[in-house]
Order: sequence, then C-alpha cells, then structure tokens
Amino acid sequence: MTRWWSPAGLAVLASACAGAGAQSSPAAQPAPAAAPASTDTTSVDRPQYVSTYRRRANPPVLIRNATVLTAAGQEISNASVLFRDGKIVAVGANLTAPSDAMIVDGSGKFVTPGIIDTHSHLGVYAAPGTQAESDGNEATNPVTAEVWAEHSIWPQDPQIPLAVAGGVTVMQVLPGSANLIGGRSATVRLVPARTVQEMKFPGAPYGVKFACGENPKRVYQNRGPSTRMGNMAGYRAAFIQAEQYRQRWDKWLKDRKGDAPGRDLRTETLAGVLRGEISVQNHCYRADEMAQMLDLAKEFGFKIRSFHHGIEAYKVADLLAANGTAASIWSDWGGFKMEAFDPILENAALVTKAGARAVIHTDSPDGIQRMNQDMAKAYYAGVRAGIPLTRDQGIKWITANPAWVLGLDAWTGTLEAGKMADVVLWSGDPFSVYSKAEKVWNEGWLVFDRLDPTHQYKTDFNIGQAAPGVGR
Amino acid sequence: MNTVNRKTTVNGERSTVNGKSILALLVAILPTALPPSRLTAQSTAIAITGGTIYPVSGPRIPNGTVLIQDGRISAVGTTVTIPAGATRVDAAGKWITPGFIHANASAGLGVAGLNGQQEGGVQGEINPSFNPAEGVDPAAIGIPIVRTGGVTGGVLLPGGQFFPGQAPAVNFAGDRVDDMLVRRNAAMFLDLSDNSRAAGGGSRAGTMARIRRLFDDALEYSRRKADFQRAAIQPLSAPAKELEALLPMLRGEVPLAISASRRIDIENALRLRREYRLRVVLMNGVEGWQVAKDIAAAGVPVVLEPNRDIPSFDGLGARLDNATVLREAGVDVVIAQGDPGGERNLRYAAGNAVRNGMSWDDALKAVTMLPASVFGFTGYGTIEPGKVANVVIWSGDPFEFSTVAEKVYIKGQEQPLRTRETELRDKYRTLPPPP
Repeated sequence: MTRWWSPAGLAVLASACAGAGAQSSPAAQPAPAAAPASTDTTSVDRPQYVSTYRRRANPPVLIRNATVLTAAGQEISNASVLFRDGKIVAVGANLTAPSDAMIVDGSGKFVTPGIIDTHSHLGVYAAPGTQAESDGNEATNPVTAEVWAEHSIWPQDPQIPLAVAGGVTVMQVLPGSANLIGGRSATVRLVPARTVQEMKFPGAPYGVKFACGENPKRVYQNRGPSTRMGNMAGYRAAFIQAEQYRQRWDKWLKDRKGDAPGRDLRTETLAGVLRGEISVQNHCYRADEMAQMLDLAKEFGFKIRSFHHGIEAYKVADLLAANGTAASIWSDWGGFKMEAFDPILENAALVTKAGARAVIHTDSPDGIQRMNQDMAKAYYAGVRAGIPLTRDQGIKWITANPAWVLGLDAWTGTLEAGKMADVVLWSGDPFSVYSKAEKVWNEGWLVFDRLDPTHQYKTDFNIGQAAPGVGR
Repeated sequence: MNTVNRKTTVNGERSTVNGKSILALLVAILPTALPPSRLTAQSTAIAITGGTIYPVSGPRIPNGTVLIQDGRISAVGTTVTIPAGATRVDAAGKWITPGFIHANASAGLGVAGLNGQQEGGVQGEINPSFNPAEGVDPAAIGIPIVRTGGVTGGVLLPGGQFFPGQAPAVNFAGDRVDDMLVRRNAAMFLDLSDNSRAAGGGSRAGTMARIRRLFDDALEYSRRKADFQRAAIQPLSAPAKELEALLPMLRGEVPLAISASRRIDIENALRLRREYRLRVVLMNGVEGWQVAKDIAAAGVPVVLEPNRDIPSFDGLGARLDNATVLREAGVDVVIAQGDPGGERNLRYAAGNAVRNGMSWDDALKAVTMLPASVFGFTGYGTIEPGKVANVVIWSGDPFEFSTVAEKVYIKGQEQPLRTRETELRDKYRTLPPPP
C-alpha cells in the first residue's frame, strides 16, 4: 500500500495518480501538465483542481547572530540561517553570505520554522463573518465526504494576512464539524493569491474531516444520528460502502476491462482513506470516543492521523502513542460544552511525555495569529507541573509535529538543510507574550515584514476601508 | 525571565514628575499605620516581605513590605514595622500587584461555563431591572480557575441584546453571593451594536429613537408617579419597574456601559451622554481609535479587548493598536479579554496590549486601578494603606506565560488555587491512572 505520508510515497502517489487516475491526486511540484481531455478519457483520468502555486524567485537570505530554534532538537545561540531558492542551505555559526544575499541582523532576535496550523477555517468562514460567507459546513447530510474545502475557500478572506503576521506559513483548512464526515481538507500556503489553486501546497496529501460526539448528533437529531451509537453506526455504514467501492475500482484500475464503475465522489474520498492516500483528521474531544474511533479505524484498516480538539487526549496518551495518532489541541480552551468539560493546561505536555505527537492547533481566526502564545502557555504549564520538556519540543508543537500531521514533514516544519525555507524571524523569544513575528518567509518569499509596509499585504476586502482624516 | 521588550524592563523606573506621583511616592514609601484600634487583631496580620511591590497608585517599591490586617492593607513601604505574631510571607524575587479586576467577566454565572448552563441573561429587549447576582453560584468550578490568573474581582455582564440589565461587581471568593458582592449595581448595560438594530426596527437611527423615548419616559415617570398611579399619563414604552430601574443611571449614580464598536455607534453613545448628562463607559470601542480625541474630550473610559483586529460589520476598522492610540489621546483604557482560555487569561490580554504598543504601567493600571474606579470597586485596585487586601504574589512579570500567581489574597484571606483542572492533571499524570 502506498503510505501517503512518506516523501517517496508522495512522489509515487502523485505520478501514479496522473496515470492510474486515483482521485486524490494533488499535483507534484512542478505541476504536471493536465492530461489532455479526449473522448477516450473520463474525469478520473484527469488532474483534479491542480495547484498553480509557484515559488517566487527571491535573493538568498542570511539571518545572522540570532537564536535559532530548529524544531529538530536544537536551540543555537548566535547562529545564522542561510536560505536560497526556497530551500534552507545551512544553519549554524560562521556562515558566509553569498554576494547577492539579503543580510538580516538577528541580534537579540529568534528564528523558528514557519508555523503550521492543522486546524483552520480561514477562507471557509471568512471575515466579515456574514451568512453569505459561511461556507464551512455542508450540513445537509451526516456524511458529506464528497465536498472539498478548497471549493469554499475565499482567498480574499482578510483574516489570512493577519495569520501571516503571526508567523503562520501553512495551514490545513477543514470543513466544519456538523457532520460525521464533513469533507476533504485543503493544505494551503498563506500567500497573496487570487485563487485557491495559487495557495494549494503542491503535493500535499488530502485529509478528510471526521467529527465525533455532540455536533453530528445535535445537528441531525431529527433524522439521525441522534446518539453516539448512531454516530458510530453512521461511520461503519459509510466505510462498508467504501470497501465495496474500493474493490470495484481497484479491480477496474488494474484490468481496465469493461466499463468503468460509476464514480461517486462521497465514496471515492472514503476509498482514498482505505488506500492510505487521504489522512483522517478527527474532531474528537473525549478519551472514550477516541478509543472507539481507533477501533473503527482498525475495523476498516485505516489510520487516524490526528485527533483534533482532543481535550481529553491526556487520559489516553498511551493509546495515542501506540496507534501513532497525533493530538491537535489547545492549551487552555475548554469548558464550553459537555464533551469539553475536562481540559487541563498540561495536556500537550502529558501527551508528549507519553511519546505521542502533540500539536497546538487553533480552529480560530484569533488564535491562529498567536499560536506561539498558546504553545508557550502549554509549555510553561508542563514545566511547572514537573513534566520534562525542552523548548525545542514546545516549538515542535507548532511546527514539526503539525507538518507530520499534514504529511509534509519531509519538506517543512524544521530548520534543517534541504527543508523548504518557511522561516520566521521573531522580535524576541517566541515564548514571551511581548514578541512578534517580524519577518515571515514562505518558501523564501518575504510575505511579511513588520518594519516595511510594502511587505504587508492586504486582501481586496481591506482596500479602501481606512477612515480618512481621522485617528492618527 | 524571557527576553522582553524595553518598555517592560524599564517599568516603574520611568518617574513621572508631577505632584500627584510624588504624593503617591510619599504615601507608598512612608509606612502609614491605621489607628491603633485596628491593629489589635494581630493574629490575622500578614506581612509580605522582600518582593517588588507594584502599587499602581505610585512607582514600584523594590524590597518592600505589604502589611495586611483585618482584610485590609495597613502599611506599604520599605520601613514597615511588622507586628509581633504576624505571618511572614517571604516574597524575595517576587512581584506583588493588586488583584486584577475583570471588566467583562462571567465566572460564577452558572456552575459551569457550558452552553445552556449560563445564568447571565433573560429573554427580551428591555430588562434594566434584571440583575444576574442571584444567578451567581459561589461554588462554580470556574471561580477557583479564575483566581489562578490573579483575577480577584469581576464585573459580571448581563447577557442579551439592547438593554440586558445591570452588572454586579464581585470578588471571586466567598461562601455566599452576599460575601462576593462588592456592589450590586455597578453598571447598567446598553448594547448599541449590530445586535440591537432589530430593537430599533432595523436601523441604528431607530434604535436611538427608541432609547430616547425610554429615557424620556423614565424621566417623566419619575416626575409624575402620582399621575402614573391614577393612569392619567400617556402609555409608557416599558413597564414601570424597568423605567424605575433606569433612574439611578439617568441620575448619574450608576454608569451606563454602552457596547459600541463602530465609529457611528461610539458617536451615538457620546451623543446620549451629552443629551442626558450620563456617566458613560464605552465597551469594545473597536473603532475608537478613529475618534480618540472626542472620547478623550468627553472623559469617557473605554473597556476593550486588545487583540480585536478581525474586521466585521461591527467594526471594519478593527486594529491591534486601538488601545495604544486611545491611551495616547488621553483616554482611560480598561483591558478586558475575550480569550477562549477563560477569564484567568486577563493578564495575557494585558501583555498583548503591551505587545501592541501600550506601556507596561498603563496595562497594569488597565486591569487594576481603572476597572476598580470605573465600576465602583471603592477601596480596591491599588496597594495602599486602607485598601481592601486583594493582593497577588507573582513569580515574575504577571503578563508573561512563564509566570504564575503563587499566592492570591482576597479581603486578606489567602485563597486556594487548587482547581478541578489540577486535580484531573494529578489523576492522569501516570497512565493508566491509579484506581
């Protein structure tokens, strides 16, 4: 089986998709030319909503004399970071700048990898927050695996540049949590764009949003599911269908004999889960429900990549570690509903201690602007409780670990030679409330500079809204 | 302590040389003892020694002593005589501040903060007589959690649209609501935001007309109660008990806290203040920076959330330095927060205000002295002799994530900081949890 998260597998998958017509195929980088549409081919043979993102050409950058948190095990003082052509060249002392390099003095400043949010609704619940732009929940059926978040994302959401100013370079945009299976996620770079295709992270595997517990049974209480056992039955029914669908399609893709089976988008996504091509991103608060979902995954032979909002992850951190499932969580958000009744500040620390991957996520257009702060809250809570933690582990919660959840860990999430140049320069220690992202490079492109208004982009929605002649 | 910006490290060293601050300095440094009769109950005396005191009313006092007796602060300074038998608390290396006051709190309104379990509001548009005080549960699990953030007091906002009711001011300690209450009616609330357009028939102009009619009716009712009893008066726009409840506000005895975010809403709020000579407090004030000078000229304080920067049609001009611009114009800014992590995080909201350009001293004032004075916490909000002993000992800069509130005193009583959260943590520290 193609393991979707291995970098080699990604390449295989991407090329295999173009040929064999697997339905989850994002374009590898550079994007392959679209298969020619001819009467001999059908929709499954053609690339699906291909990324048109292109790395910008930029001069090399050398950041000098900074404290570098690599998220790869190290915190290095008085260090330099050199990147060029969108890739990190070196991290360490005594690096020499190429003659054409932009030199950045990092004295007193800190450098981290670009921040990655595994759980965002930017673009699908865009500001200014009207019903007209409420595009996150296709709440018309408990299973809507057929919808794709990228078909809702509004690239002009003014919340996107606010997140960029917080040091975020990549996010997974998810459908909402009304449904058992809410649809496919989109992994995008936070860059100025006219279309979502211009933001889509090339080669990033798709995820699919699951939601346990209160939301689906509340939303569908009149038609079902209306109970947690109804939720589980809904998942099982959907995957029983997906098993049959996958068998039909895999056989046909191998033999190409006779007519192609009918294409059904809903089941196609779930078959992608069964093939290991699409990762499961599972909104699930309670420990006992996480255990049920892990058993569901075993019943049908797939993996749950990450639980989201796992407020009770600390209660089953051992189970998460054994199953290789990450916990995307907040530091201290909780208490707002019954399934969120047991939050503790040390959740991320205890998950880490148990050997599972902890991730700080936001689900919030406010939170995504200050992910370093949520990380710092969780980090210090753990340290105060005597749980052994390093600062590097804390930084991993918002960089390397979310990169793994999104299947991007071979490419980004750490500051190591060869990784993509997703880099943030902080005005001070990112563990401090007073520090701000000062410069943000997205694959080497300076998308934000706090000191230079020409590098602070605005979406179209922001244009023409400053009140004239008033204020400062 | 982590690297912080320079504004923080010079906190307190920046001496404002004017009469007021010199007086404050003298008060702070010279130990001011209360009359001897108040010193007899020495068994209750607590002396917090060796820490850096941030009295808010004056410059910081390194290596100072705070003496607490009978629930009040009896002396503050570097030469305080500690009575024999006093409990000594060594605070060397610690920071000591007044307890923080949360100006848009809800802890206690319901046993838990769960959806559907709140007690902060009632249905309907005109509820000036509603006061959520009797919905406050002193055993609420959120109250000890709030205290862990050094928050000792709060203004409990009534929920709902248009005229949701009155806000009680409370201490976050006490076995009964009456023990918690500092002031039962600390403010009357009025919502002028988009939420209240329906109350005006669909337009802000309609909302303003309805408010004026309500106020005029209340004033007429108060002048002509006899006519009202005899039903010799035109029908009024609200029941008598609601009009009656508006009167203390219309007499200026209670502030009118107006939620206004759009610039036009702020201008309307200032208009109401002028027309009816009200004591107005602006809540939210998202576009306040656009009319900072007008707000300053009116002497109206603004309660705001310093991280509000997402544009909505209730404030397209939202920006992170709103608090900074308002403060520079001379407006008294009170920091509140809408952080999902709960009211305990007020201190981080203050830290973010500093991050966004406010001075550290102003930010501290904005969560202590100012909310106290704006919402009628008489005798609270600073560390001065005679003040109620709501005091917090911090491990460091209270606005930092690395800092913890080590001891929290409310009315001179050290408060438990153990919460439901810490108990859950300790239960699951090792897996599987012990039976």
